[in-house]
Amino acid sequence: MRHLLSAADLDRDEALAILDAAARMHDIQNREVKKLPPLRGRTIVNLFFEDSTRTRSSFELAGKWLSADVINVSAKGSSVSKGESLRDTALTVAAMGVDALVVRHNASGAVQRVAGWVDCVVVNAGDGTHEHPTQALLDAYTLRRRLGDLADRHVVIAGDITHSRVARSNVLLLRTLGARVTLVAPPTLMPSGVSSWPCTTSWDMDATLSGKAHGDVDAVMMLRVQRERMSGGYFPTAHEYAVEYGLSPARLDLLGADVPVLHPGPMNRGVEISSAAADGRRSAVLDQVQAGVAVRMAVLYRLLSSAAPPAAEDTAARGAVQEVAE
Amino acid sequence: MSILIRGARPLGGTATDVLVDDGAIAGIGSGLSGDEVIDAGGLVLLPGLVDLHTHLREPGREDAETVATGSAAAALGGYTAVHAMANTDPVADTAEIVTQVARLGDRAGLVEVRPVGAVSKRLAGEELAEIGTMARSAARVRIFSDDGRCVADSRLMRRALEYVKPFGAAVAQHAQDPRLADGTACCHEGEVSGRLGLPGWPGVAEESVVARDVMLAEHTGSRLHVCHVSTAGTVEVIRWAKARGIDVTAEVTPHHLLLTCDLLAGYDPVFKVNPPLRPEEDVTALREALADGTIDAVATDHAPHADHDKDHAFADAAFGMLGLQTALAVVAEALVATGRLDWAGVADRMSVRPARIGRVAGQGGAIEVGAAANLVLVDPDASWTLEAADVVSRSRNTPYLGRALPARVVATLFRGRPTVRDGKLVNGLAP
Repeated sequence: MRHLLSAADLDRDEALAILDAAARMHDIQNREVKKLPPLRGRTIVNLFFEDSTRTRSSFELAGKWLSADVINVSAKGSSVSKGESLRDTALTVAAMGVDALVVRHNASGAVQRVAGWVDCVVVNAGDGTHEHPTQALLDAYTLRRRLGDLADRHVVIAGDITHSRVARSNVLLLRTLGARVTLVAPPTLMPSGVSSWPCTTSWDMDATLSGKAHGDVDAVMMLRVQRERMSGGYFPTAHEYAVEYGLSPARLDLLGADVPVLHPGPMNRGVEISSAAADGRRSAVLDQVQAGVAVRMAVLYRLLSSAAPPAAEDTAARGAVQEVAE
Repeated sequence: MSILIRGARPLGGTATDVLVDDGAIAGIGSGLSGDEVIDAGGLVLLPGLVDLHTHLREPGREDAETVATGSAAAALGGYTAVHAMANTDPVADTAEIVTQVARLGDRAGLVEVRPVGAVSKRLAGEELAEIGTMARSAARVRIFSDDGRCVADSRLMRRALEYVKPFGAAVAQHAQDPRLADGTACCHEGEVSGRLGLPGWPGVAEESVVARDVMLAEHTGSRLHVCHVSTAGTVEVIRWAKARGIDVTAEVTPHHLLLTCDLLAGYDPVFKVNPPLRPEEDVTALREALADGTIDAVATDHAPHADHDKDHAFADAAFGMLGLQTALAVVAEALVATGRLDWAGVADRMSVRPARIGRVAGQGGAIEVGAAANLVLVDPDASWTLEAADVVSRSRNTPYLGRALPARVVATLFRGRPTVRDGKLVNGLAP
C-alpha cells in the first residue's frame, strides 16, 4: 500500500495490522514523554484546502509523536479562484522535499488526483463527500475496544449519508472487518444507488434502533447534519429532524446498556444527538478523538516506513545547501 | 485544377471514379480524367461532415482554441462545416461578433464556419439578443442557442421560439433545469454519483425541459433543436413529439454514444462533460435512437480546454472534451461496427441532416454531378491511434489518446479543394 486514499485500499489483514499497531501507539499517549523515533528526518505536510481543527491537529500530533517534522499548509479558498490549478499547488508543496502529504479537500476525488501527480506518500484526510479513511479506522478502533471482534456485529449509521465521507468509508471498512451496517436517513439524505452498497438501509430510526427493522443493534454512529442543509432544502426544520432522526433520551432507551454511541464531531447537540447521548455512559465520542492520534500514527508509520527514504543525492544536496547557508 | 478521385465507394456502395472541378462534382463514372488523381481504392466517399455543435473559443479564449485551429481539427475529422457556439467572450449576441467569427472562418478557409447566435443577451437568460440582426447579417445565423446554459425561463423560451420563425431559424436548447441540476452537478445521478460522492446531474433535469420545450414548439409552431441528448427518457419524449408532428430535431454527441459514467471512477476530469456521461442503458438507447432517426444528428460538442482548466479536482474542472478529430471514428465504432448504421446512414446523420437543420447551403447534399464538392474519403478498415502530436486543437482534453479507433479520415475536400490528404493537413494550410 503506497497511499491511503480509500477505506477500500485496505483488505482485512492490512486493516487489522493498522488497528493492532494503533493499539501499541495508543499506549504511548499515556506516557510522560510521548515521543517515538521512527520517522525522525521525515517531513509530513498537512495540506488542507478546507478548515479542520480536529483532523489536522490529530495528524499533526501523530506525526510529531513519531518524530517527523510536520508543517501545516492551509490552502483554503479554492485554488480555482486563485487561478492556480490543484496540480500546481500539489507539485509546489511536494517539491519542497516532502515525504508525505496529508490532504483534505472540499471536492470529492481531489486527493486521488493529487496522488496521481506527486511522488510522495499521500494520505486522504477527507475528500469532499467521498471518503475519510482514517476516520473509519479510528471508529473501527474505538468499536473494537468496546465490542471486541467486529465480525457479525451490527452497526447503525444515522444522519446525512448523502454528504458524508465518514459514512462511505465506514461502510467499506466495517464490511471488510465483517460487521453488518444499516444506514438510517430521510430519503432526501440517502445517496443515489445506495441499494447497491454492502449494507441495509432504513428511513425509520425507532424501528432500526429497537432491532425490529434489521436485528439487534451493537453500536450506533450519529452523523453531523450540516447547517446549510437545515434551511428547508433536505428536511423542513432542525426541530423536525431531531424529532424524526435525533438520538433522543427516549431512543437511547431502545439500545442495550453496552451499546456504544459514536459521533465523528463536531456535534449539533439537540439536533442529531441529545446531550444525554453525547455525555452518557454509552458515549464513545472522546475515545474516538483519542484513538484518532494513535490510528494516524499507525497509518503514517506503515506508509512511511515502507516508502523509500530520501535518495542519497537529495541528502547530499541538502547538505550542500546547508553548507552554503552556514 | 481538376481532381479525379479514383475507385471510391460513394456512401459505401459500388466503387467508381468521381471528378471534381471548379469546386463542384463534374462527373461520376469511368473514363474521366483530371489534372490530379487521388487513389481512393477501398475508401468510402461521404459528403463532407457538418457539425451542429462546436466550441471554437474565439473570441476570448484563444489559448484553448481559435477559429483557425478548430477549423484544422474539423478538416482532419472530415468536416466541411461547423457551427461555432455562442458562448465566447464576448458572447456572440450581436451581428458584429457573429460576423467576426464567420470572417475568421473564411480566413482560415478550411471549413465553413457558421456562427450560432445567442438566444439571450450575454447568455443571461433574461432578454432576447438581437436575433433578427444576426440572422440578416453576413453570417446568416440560422441557429440560436444559449448552449452551456439552459433557456430555463419558460416565457423567454416561448418568445425565442416565436421570434425566430421569420428567419427560418431554430432554437437549439441546452436542456438542463438549473434547479434540478445546478452548476455544481457534474456526475450522472445514480449509483456512481452516490459512490463517488459527486454532485448528481439527474436525467430528469434534461427530460423535463425537453418535455416542456416540445410542447412550446407545438404551441408556437416553431422549430426546436435539442442539443446533446443524453438519456433514454429524452429519446422517448422526442419520439413522442415527432410522432405528434412537432417540428423538433435532436443531436447526440460521439462521447454519449460510446462512453459511460463508470469511467468517472478515477475522477479524471477528461471525462467531465455536460450533460454528463450516462450509464450503459442510456448509451444503448441513444444508439438505437440515432439508428432509427429519432435523433437526427451526431454533433461533437467539441469543447477545448487548457490544461490548467482541467488540472483540478473533478468538481472544479471545466466541462467538455474535444470531439472533431475523433467523431467519425467513434461513430464507426459505436454504430457501424455494431451494425446499427451503414455508411449511407452515417452520411445522413453526420452531414445531410445536420446541414438541413443548420440551413447550410451547398453541404450535406447527394454525391451527384453538379453538387458542391464538399467530400470526405474514409478508410473504413483502418485501425488507428490518436497521438498527442496529432491533435491540432490548441487543447489536449480528449479521452481517446492512445486508444485504438476504427475508420480513418484519409482526405477531405472543401469546395473542391483538398484540405486533408493522407490523413494530414495539406501543406501550407496548418494554422
